[in-house]
Amino acid sequence: MALLERPAVDRRPSPVAPRERRWRPSRVPNRRGVRSLLVALLMACATLVTLDAQGGDASPLEPARRAVGEAFGPIEIATATALRPFTTVPEWFRSQDALRGDLERLEADNAVLREQVATSGFDRNRLAEYDGLTAAAERAGYALVPSRVVAIGPAQTFSRSVTIDAGSRAGVAPDMTVVNNDGLVGRVLRVTRTTATVLLILDGDSVVGGRIGSSLEAGFLRGRGVLGNDGRLDLELVDDTIVPAQDDAVVTWGSEDGAPYVAGIPIGRVTQVFTSLRETATRAVIDPYVDFSALDLVGVVVPSGTRSDRAVIEADGSIR
Amino acid sequence: MTALRVLAGAALVVVALILQVSLFPHVAWQGIVPNLCLLVVVGAALTRGPQFAMTLGFTAGVLLDLAPPADHVAGRWALALVLVGYVAGRVRQDVRPSAVGVVSTVAASSFLGTSVFALSGLLLGDLDVGVPGLLEVIGVAIVWDVLLTPFVLPLVMRTFDRLEPATATA
Repeated sequence: MALLERPAVDRRPSPVAPRERRWRPSRVPNRRGVRSLLVALLMACATLVTLDAQGGDASPLEPARRAVGEAFGPIEIATATALRPFTTVPEWFRSQDALRGDLERLEADNAVLREQVATSGFDRNRLAEYDGLTAAAERAGYALVPSRVVAIGPAQTFSRSVTIDAGSRAGVAPDMTVVNNDGLVGRVLRVTRTTATVLLILDGDSVVGGRIGSSLEAGFLRGRGVLGNDGRLDLELVDDTIVPAQDDAVVTWGSEDGAPYVAGIPIGRVTQVFTSLRETATRAVIDPYVDFSALDLVGVVVPSGTRSDRAVIEADGSIR
Repeated sequence: MTALRVLAGAALVVVALILQVSLFPHVAWQGIVPNLCLLVVVGAALTRGPQFAMTLGFTAGVLLDLAPPADHVAGRWALALVLVGYVAGRVRQDVRPSAVGVVSTVAASSFLGTSVFALSGLLLGDLDVGVPGLLEVIGVAIVWDVLLTPFVLPLVMRTFDRLEPATATA
């Protein structure tokens, strides 16, 4: 007993200490408490990381992701809608209202024409292969759900994903293709009732099957995960004897049933070509047609006749 | 009062998160935005000490990991922000920090938070950016966070101070 009491007497605080304590009592936390809380929270983080990293696609955290998405989706949509007048302010300085209307119309026309030019070689080749009819029938089977980008993932997360304001209520489901009027944007990763998360083709995890429009050579496009507005894709051709020409257009190759990517969507043009003797494949750098720094209105490719909570643009251009 | 403080902390975190994904990308430089959630955690640490800041950091981190459009292994921002809450909470717990103190704490916390997030990605193989790109992001993020400090930190610190003024008069 005496042994226990003595240190207590020795540790009596100096006369200055109690005054400081009284000055700001809550500022002097219990060290042991802090440390045990730190350890507890670090363990919790480690558990989360392990659960999510091991689970992969069937991660036990997917329901939690969905629940948080259901809660945050409407708030993000409301915020983006409320802020839209302000976020478009920079545009007012560039041009006057009337001019802007004209500009947008011309840009849309231009994009359509450019898409036609970009895919004409591809389409011609396909016709030559008697593929055109089936392809046309296939493409006619798709419709677009229009939606807007409401949240953009920060570059600090080192992944490129955005949230759009169309979810399962609008007929959107995971693994659907997302396009805008310039070309391929990405694919849907997961949906909530009101929102969907889209993985941009620039992301390092994104792999898209692509074809060179002029030669129909197939390859795989990988995002570089490069940050910033000058995003680029790497194209690796399966046949290493083919060297794509500069400015060749690259379009999607398409997967079975159009998931995750439907066929024939323009992706970008070839800017540089690398061939290394060591590697078996030729690598080309692709500049995407889509301006990812100004991503706003996008369309999700859905099967024709999908029930949606909004007007759906059918393949023949009619709005339903 | 504690319940009110927790509610206020959660509300600040939610507002910070929404602004971070919906407003700031429009003014972002190369896609890098100020990390408002981190600023809220640092503010909590400077006024309320490490325990509250770590808990708030964990909450904010989990939300950052799960709320759309996040698509990385969950728990990485939580880890980063818990450490930020701990380190920022160790800074001068007895007196109110000066302006310079606040700014340097924010800079150090921003460096720590973004680096921990990036390194955890490297370890998990969840990162596909080279080291130069990584350093660029960390550097720009520090600049952003320091620039936003005069606007965000006083607000956050005043909120937490006002919710428990008893400590100042005791």
